[in-house]
Amino acid sequence: MVQVSMKLEMSDTPGQLVRALKPVSDTGGNIIAVIHQREERREKKDIISVQIVVELPEGRLEELLARMRDQGVSIQRLGTQRLLHRRSLIMIGHIMHTDLTDTVDRIDKTGFAEVSELEMIMPAISEPSSARITIRATSAESMDRAVEVLREVAREKDILVIEPLGEES
Amino acid sequence: MIGFGTVGQGIASVLMRKDLGLTITAIADSRSGLMRDDGVDLAGVLERKRGGFVVGDVGISPMDVVKRGEYDLLVEVSPTNIQTAEPAATFIREAISRGKHVVSSNKGPIALHLKELRRAALSHGVQLRYEATVCGAIPIMHVLEEGLRGNSVKSLHGVLNGTSNFILTRMAEEGLTYDQALAEAREMGVAEADPTYDVKGIDAAIKLVILSNTIWETDLRLEDVVVTGIDQITPDAIRLSEDEDATIRLIAEAIPERGICRVTPRLIPRNHPLVVNGTLNAITLTTDLAGALTFVGKGAGSIETASAVIGDILHIKERYARGA
Ligand SMILES: NC(=O)c1ccc[n+]([C@@H]2O[C@H](COP(=O)([O-])OP(=O)(O)OC[C@H]3O[C@@H](n4cnc5c(N)ncnc54)[C@H](OP(=O)(O)O)[C@@H]3O)[C@@H](O)[C@H]2O)c1
Repeated sequence: MVQVSMKLEMSDTPGQLVRALKPVSDTGGNIIAVIHQREERREKKDIISVQIVVELPEGRLEELLARMRDQGVSIQRLGTQRLLHRRSLIMIGHIMHTDLTDTVDRIDKTGFAEVSELEMIMPAISEPSSARITIRATSAESMDRAVEVLREVAREKDILVIEPLGEES
Repeated sequence: MIGFGTVGQGIASVLMRKDLGLTITAIADSRSGLMRDDGVDLAGVLERKRGGFVVGDVGISPMDVVKRGEYDLLVEVSPTNIQTAEPAATFIREAISRGKHVVSSNKGPIALHLKELRRAALSHGVQLRYEATVCGAIPIMHVLEEGLRGNSVKSLHGVLNGTSNFILTRMAEEGLTYDQALAEAREMGVAEADPTYDVKGIDAAIKLVILSNTIWETDLRLEDVVVTGIDQITPDAIRLSEDEDATIRLIAEAIPERGICRVTPRLIPRNHPLVVNGTLNAITLTTDLAGALTFVGKGAGSIETASAVIGDILHIKERYARGA
């Protein structure tokens, strides 16, 4: 999935916004945010400006844009970015026996980040295990906060967390 | 020259094969001293030392050499003591108070007393240089003071400890456990009998303190650095990082603007410039004008460290020697 933000202009007529956004689901995407900017362009009456952020399967963007244009939408600006922020970290320690569910929950509970992948290798019992944990978050700041939560949990559970170099916001 | 071990002998052998216009007028090891105003016979001293004998007269102590020797510049290459910095700090203070320049490869006095020693050197009108204390052969201090004039350094990242980098490299290359890689490092003479300082990140932290205090003129102490070693790293952890096209390296990091000063194992892309193999060292400086610069080189070794010491000596000779 890719995350795309775009600025759209369309006529300010009833039902137009719904029609304009229908191609998003038609192309397998999700709308993450819609921001109206009615104030911005008062001089152009009867035109509304909308900023949207959608999540889209790879390779469907051109199709989406074409379908939107067919609905009378003018695309003013376009930016793609990776779907949410993603960061992988390594953990070493007694990951399983220090309540892994709780470790994951503590991040998921934040509301702004979640554990999207976890791969763990467990050697002989009583040996420390190793895991790669991938966190996705809504923004760079949320990611930093999520990693701080993980650090705290790791401190409590005596787990070593290895953070990536140079990905802090 | 105080200390005639790996580094001291490296310097002597370079001076024997290259005419750099330098004369060693006195040498001391832990138990003896030798003073010859017209120049020590280096070949003879090297032979004696390699044969297991002391360098000079057991009736002459290292302190006698520092206090009474005839010299312009003290080369201080005795062992590092990171708790007390002694006896090196005393040697250095004494030489400075006699109006002698000092070049040291010794991390102890520089990490613990840089400000004080610098002030003393300034008030006695002498130079104090210590290129060899960090990153072995990489002339990072020269780069900082000359090549990067006018720049502000924003951050520093480095692989500052060859032993731990060797261990992590071998774990990644061969899937060795930490203990196996450490044993191999010991066998190859890359790790000391007691590798604690290297594998616990302390040696790297000491070097980070020296670099930070030099670059930002701070008063950072070893206790201020957050330190995590590599002794808990598992081959599984490295394998898991490789799935992300990354590996694990012990990285020293200082970003004063964000209050960051730490030595920790980090997940780092395999094609990152700081991912160097074996005992190499690497350092990246990010500056406002030059952007990011990375330097890679041998972090230790007899001749490599001698290179750094000699660079300092010649720097002083060319700029500050009497009659220069
Ligand atoms: N080796 C490297 O690659 C390297 C790299 C960078 C920095 N350094 C630093 O450079 C310094 C020297 O390292 P090295 O590898 O040459 O050490 P080394 O091989 O252990 O040699 C140390 C020398 O200092 C002498 N010494 C010991 N105690 C002394 C004392 N109280 N007074 C005077 N001399 C004394 C020893 O005497 P004896 O011969 O009688 O034992 C020996 O000759 C250390 O501070 C080290 O941290 C080393």
